Amino acid sequence: MNTDPRFAGERPKPSPFYPRQKELNIREAWSIWNGYKFADYYYDAEYEYFCIRNLCGTYDITPMQKYEIQGRDAEAMLNRMVTRDVTKIGLNRVAYCLWCTDDGRMIDDGTIFKLADDRFMLTCGSSCIAWLEMSAFGFDDVTVTDITDDLAALSLQGPTSFATLKRMGLEGIEAARPFDIMFFPFHGETLMVSRTGFTGDLGYELWIPPALALDLWDELYAAGEDYGIQPYGEAATNMARLEAGFIMPAMEFNEALRTVNFEHDQTPFELNLGWLVDFKKPHFSGRAALLNEKQRGSRYTLTKLDIEGNRPAEGAWIYTNKRCTKHIGYVTSAMWSPAVKANIALAMIETKHLDGELWAEIYYEKELRHYGRVAKCIKKDKPFWTHARARQTPPADY
Amino acid sequence: MSDYDALVIGAGHNGLTNAAYLAKAGLNVVVLEKNDYIGGAAVSRELEKGWTYSNCSYVCSMMRQAIHRDLDLGSHGLILVPYLATINFGDGDERLIHYHDEAATHLELKRHSPHDADAMHRFQTDLSRYAMLIRKTLMRTPPDPTSFKPRDLMEFLWLAKQFWKLGEKELYEYVRFFTMSASEFLDDYFENDMIRAAMASPGIIGTALGVQSPGSSYILLHHVMGDVDGSIGAWGLARGGMGAISRAIASAAQGFGAEIRTNAGVRQVLVKDGKACGVALENGDEITANIVVSNLDAKRTFTRIMDKNDLPDGIYEKAKNFKIRGSSGKVNIALSGMPTFTHVPDNKYVNRGGQAFTGSMETMERAYDCWKRGTWSDDPFVESVIPSAWDPTVAPPGKHWMSNFVQYCPPTLADGPWTPEKRDAFGESVISKIERYSPGFRDLIVHMEVRTPHEIENEVGLTEGNIFQGELTIDQLFFNRPFPGYGQYRMPVKNMYMSGSSTHPGGGVSAVCGANSAREILMDLRKPNTVPEDDFYDE
Repeated sequence: MNTDPRFAGERPKPSPFYPRQKELNIREAWSIWNGYKFADYYYDAEYEYFCIRNLCGTYDITPMQKYEIQGRDAEAMLNRMVTRDVTKIGLNRVAYCLWCTDDGRMIDDGTIFKLADDRFMLTCGSSCIAWLEMSAFGFDDVTVTDITDDLAALSLQGPTSFATLKRMGLEGIEAARPFDIMFFPFHGETLMVSRTGFTGDLGYELWIPPALALDLWDELYAAGEDYGIQPYGEAATNMARLEAGFIMPAMEFNEALRTVNFEHDQTPFELNLGWLVDFKKPHFSGRAALLNEKQRGSRYTLTKLDIEGNRPAEGAWIYTNKRCTKHIGYVTSAMWSPAVKANIALAMIETKHLDGELWAEIYYEKELRHYGRVAKCIKKDKPFWTHARARQTPPADY
Repeated sequence: MSDYDALVIGAGHNGLTNAAYLAKAGLNVVVLEKNDYIGGAAVSRELEKGWTYSNCSYVCSMMRQAIHRDLDLGSHGLILVPYLATINFGDGDERLIHYHDEAATHLELKRHSPHDADAMHRFQTDLSRYAMLIRKTLMRTPPDPTSFKPRDLMEFLWLAKQFWKLGEKELYEYVRFFTMSASEFLDDYFENDMIRAAMASPGIIGTALGVQSPGSSYILLHHVMGDVDGSIGAWGLARGGMGAISRAIASAAQGFGAEIRTNAGVRQVLVKDGKACGVALENGDEITANIVVSNLDAKRTFTRIMDKNDLPDGIYEKAKNFKIRGSSGKVNIALSGMPTFTHVPDNKYVNRGGQAFTGSMETMERAYDCWKRGTWSDDPFVESVIPSAWDPTVAPPGKHWMSNFVQYCPPTLADGPWTPEKRDAFGESVISKIERYSPGFRDLIVHMEVRTPHEIENEVGLTEGNIFQGELTIDQLFFNRPFPGYGQYRMPVKNMYMSGSSTHPGGGVSAVCGANSAREILMDLRKPNTVPEDDFYDE
């Protein structure tokens, strides 16, 4: 890494895992996430994607924002902030949540870890300390601490992830159900393991104090050697999450607090996340607006599409007919899925046109010449890719 | 009233594909398999506890994505993973690594020959151009050149249009290409012998031709015209072994209502009034069906399970002389650890690819000379891959298995029939070849399955153990496959069809022959077509 002190203020900071990552990032393919130097891929995006589906891989989630929310009112405060009923989260369980402005526009999504009755961890893609503090206003006993830099984290995903952890000596890990949290002694500290992930596959997330990050890495990689362990980056994550039908910030949704243009942000209903909105619980941010939206219907709906042909519909517009006379939506993410062998996409489509024909206008390039193709789209209700192993407890070895 | 609408003989992957599409169209279909397992030559079996071999075919590239997608084989458990690299071993210490990364490969080629590193771009470009044209014909029925039916004329027009798009110069080159040897074709590009040997090796795989034999350049193309996820020429492995492909297709077929019977070897196709009407099984049972589809090779179909008197004149002779020469062996080896190879970096990505013991052009031609004399070479060409390096399901953790495809191995020996002793001696020639490049290899061996053409014929049912169900030479390709006049999957006896690799477009785990055949059957039955069109016309 370049060390010229004059540019120190502009340089991305290394993750606690960086000393190992830099050896493995053969292609020097780096980008930045929340100020951390962060791999796009290490060897080859497609190979790393296949590690997620065939072997196992690690993804550095240290740059994810992590907040500790503590105190007698912690639960009430979170319950007031997010749309899901936090009181229903069991001890040592994780729940996927999202939170909105008073207008019901989505600020961000993330996970809430219930670590004690009065202690929670919230993780999310981008910094939200200001919103958390604002949400804590009026609650007597709650403190919010940014622990992003105090907790290194590694996501271990793929069919051999369980076998790897077992070989690493995590006794009892076989009992972890999806969204369970477990604790293991590790070099005098505690290794927290949650059966969570962002790939739709069998997988875990490992949380450790940064001082022990390299020890964790080394033990994990020693255990995973025979199970094909491989670090993967943003590119492979993006492929796996799209197959699983998961949304990505700045792809499927524009964070409400960073949206300049009127309603260029999204609502949970538009993002097909209505199941995360619980109107039975007491008041929460955005409740009235969301209730109103639920009753009158959403303008857009995020829709899973299986598109004919093999050209990814990146940035494509969606129409009601092949002649492309009536524009009704746009593709947010698209790819050729190697596992499903289909041309898949997520698209924001005007709800009232969802039951009619859907056509995507796709542009692609072939040896510097541009071509267009209008392709028929088929709506999908289920995730493009699922596997029983993601839900089995105890999981199989591969 | 027949027992079934259609009956498919042989549960190889093409037979299963055929059954899947017929069943999808609503036909009542049964697949009859002589073995107690399905898959034919796309099969995975556990012969040593903990190790699952891909006993015959071992890598995958030709499998048409359109079929994979249409039958939703992913949901039936199939996942194809591309592999990363290939190491070519020279006669001595030289090594040539084709890395996953193009720029890295260029530097590696440059190390051997700066000229050839550049020529590789031209070579790949020309080959891609040829491959793209031939890919377009895969999922289409060849036109009959003597027919004036509108369908055949339209197909010829379509073909002419495709060829015309090449341009005049390339059109000449293309025609020339079909009759050349791999060696002559490569002379146009490369000067370095090791690079030439590396590039020539796909030209002899599975065929009874040498690198110097006319026609081997097409075989070369046949091996690079497939793709994995649109990356033309790439090869992949099926998670769980090649049998996973057959299992997924079988599961799809069963999902459409097809029935699959194992231990049901067919003794004879029953023909009445010039029409196929069912089969007699080896156990004496008779099963009747309106349509009989043979997934066996052409020679076996017409000389073994059909009565000569049921066939029109000349067909038996054509079948008897059908070129289906056995030329390859297969040695599957269970290993207690990962072998290391001399003069190859300990690079785990490179190890997750293939090993090709190509040596030189001379070595490969000498090996062919042995085949011609009815023996095997003590310095064979071996193409290997270690699937367990990235497939966690085929060997215990930390243990491995190595698939070794051996060229050449004669179907009959000059000194009398194959015996278990000769088979083992053949296996030994392969081990000692690998041991030369991997000292200590022998000590890693836990179990071995040695397959000469003799074993392949007897277990799988491929005549002479020919992996393509018939040579891929121009006299037996396209509308000439398997015989002139029978290039459209319909056989000389009414209601009888073929679906195996003896038909267009020939060998390889592509599922295309079975699908194309189903399309023709459904057309004859005036049923709606269930077979998808190929998806890659705009590539």
